[in-house]
Amino acid sequence: MRAFLFLICPVLLFLGVSYLLPFLGIVQLSFTDPDPGLTQYSRVLTEDLPTGVIWRTLRLCVMVTAVSVSCAYVITFLWVRGSPLVRSITELCIMIPFWISVLSRAFGWLSMLSNRGLLNTWLQDMGLIDSAIQMTRNEFAVVVGMSHYLIPFAVFPLATAMRNVDERVLTAADGMGASRLRIFWQIFLPMTSSGILGATLLVFVFSIGFYVTPALLGGGQSVLVAELIYLWIFQIPQWGMAAAMSVVLMLGVGGILYVLMRRYGEMAR
Amino acid sequence: MKSEAIVSGTTQIETRSVGKKFGKFHALRDISLGVSEGEFLSLLGPSGSGKTTLLTLLGGYEPVTSGQLLLEGQDMTTWSANQRGFGMVFQGYALFPHLTVAENIAFPLKVQKRSKAQIADRVTHMVEMVGLDGHINKKPKALSGGQQQRVALARALAYEPKVLLLDEPFSALDKNLRGQMQEELRRLHRELGTTFVFVTHDQEEALALSSRVAIFNQGELQQIGTPAEVYERPANRFTAEFLGDINILSLAGLSSAQIELPTNADAFDTLAIRPEHMRLATGTDTNQLPATMRDRVYLGSKSRLLLETRAGEELMLYFDNGPGVPPPDPGTELRVAWNTGDSFAI
Ligand SMILES: Nc1ncnc2c1ncn2[C@@H]1O[C@H](COP(=O)(O)OP(=O)(O)OP(=O)(O)O)[C@@H](O)[C@H]1O
Ligand SMILES: [Mg+2]
Repeated sequence: MRAFLFLICPVLLFLGVSYLLPFLGIVQLSFTDPDPGLTQYSRVLTEDLPTGVIWRTLRLCVMVTAVSVSCAYVITFLWVRGSPLVRSITELCIMIPFWISVLSRAFGWLSMLSNRGLLNTWLQDMGLIDSAIQMTRNEFAVVVGMSHYLIPFAVFPLATAMRNVDERVLTAADGMGASRLRIFWQIFLPMTSSGILGATLLVFVFSIGFYVTPALLGGGQSVLVAELIYLWIFQIPQWGMAAAMSVVLMLGVGGILYVLMRRYGEMAR
Repeated sequence: MKSEAIVSGTTQIETRSVGKKFGKFHALRDISLGVSEGEFLSLLGPSGSGKTTLLTLLGGYEPVTSGQLLLEGQDMTTWSANQRGFGMVFQGYALFPHLTVAENIAFPLKVQKRSKAQIADRVTHMVEMVGLDGHINKKPKALSGGQQQRVALARALAYEPKVLLLDEPFSALDKNLRGQMQEELRRLHRELGTTFVFVTHDQEEALALSSRVAIFNQGELQQIGTPAEVYERPANRFTAEFLGDINILSLAGLSSAQIELPTNADAFDTLAIRPEHMRLATGTDTNQLPATMRDRVYLGSKSRLLLETRAGEELMLYFDNGPGVPPPDPGTELRVAWNTGDSFAI
């Protein structure tokens, strides 16, 4: 083993130069620009604007994760346990979004949800509503757009878990007279809980760093952490604040990952 | 050849010309047999012979393609597994992996909406019966193979089913544990009086445990009878060969002068004798056949002798390594003998 360690040296070198060094630069910025010491951190964690953005990000990401994982659970169920036809249709629906860029998808949702978009026009044409409903430039649009992007990622850990369910266990429960509802809630769902946890982890961590979708669909009305960092770098330059926020974000994600991974490890055992 | 069911006592389950197809593939053909109340019936056969399929048909987990299933005289062909209410131990146990031993056993009772106290009572009783005290709060993964096996048994017996179906419950266990579990299964069967239908592909296991054995090959019932019947009076060559070593002699190659044939020999063309019923001839024996010693395997108290007849057929017999004469050496010309009653035509 040891003899082959040198083979991964180029990768380590690449990671060191392209990630670690810049990151150390950011850490340095966060402690020095403009004031030396912890000033930037205390501002990030106490001032209204950054704390508001952090809470909004957390709230939105929890919502997005809940929506994505629940939708993904239903989709995966159809994909893994449906009839052959249902399976192939679901598979297409899971794969196609992967080939479309995040930008196009955000624009797709804009043209769908905006005041003069498809949905509002239809609803008005059918006489269901008198004036357009505001469906973009708010958190609703952000949750829809982000969930749509993240659902396919949640599908794969869930599919693995569902495929590992021993069919005979379900047959056994059925033979004992358990209703379908009971089999689902008390047997199938708990047996796939490791997949749910894995999907939750993946989606939540991805969602926290989202930038394009919230920026476009939120229309500047619901700024998330990533967008705030962008603002502090390019619009109202406060690099030290941006750096401190980045470090906080990274530690936060790292902490959540650590806790959930340990839980995941316990379940896998 | 198809043999009719020999039923003693009251028939509890009956299959009438039951067939099962998967697509165009016949997994089972024309199975007619009866299971008596309280009996221990083994379904025996090589891999793929349809044993599991028959068990799932009996349990109501798969619909039959043709034929009829009866439970105490009533047609149960279309009943669901739950309506039949048989216990089932699946190949690989099928325990609920996220539930503890106690919760696993309690599950079918909860489904039946029994009271909490009753469930607790029953679980304690079952756990004691299969000897799992002290493990009730463990999950299946934390248990050994034998312990998982016991949980599966306890879960299947928890609601006191009239019939217990077992699909190769011991196939994953090592030899020692297997023997021990077989003993326990016999004890459970004696104590409970439940009808057991037990699938195995281990001949010894089937002969040792069951009151009757049903032998399957390629989806067809070959023979059903007590262990002694199927072993000593196999209905056909498959059964004879499947149940253990056997010497097969072509009748055409035998001179009737020296051989007394069993009564049913006219209709058949081969004669079969189990190795333990064959011996070296002493001169006064009725049935004698010349043979040449080919090989000898020392087995401790016995030696296994391999011989060849004039017609080139191989024979096997056991020789007691007593204080008397030593076994003959390879190459020796000698004669083998047997009692007419121990030979059968197939
Ligand atoms: N669901 C199914 N679909 C198609 N073919 C099946 C199905 N179940 C069983 N078979 C086929 O039916 C035949 C009998 O299968 P079965 O499982 O009853 O064999 P078995 O006697 O239990 O064998 P083993 O000792 O290996 O468990 C096999 O050839 C098998 O491939
Ligand atoms: Mg089988």
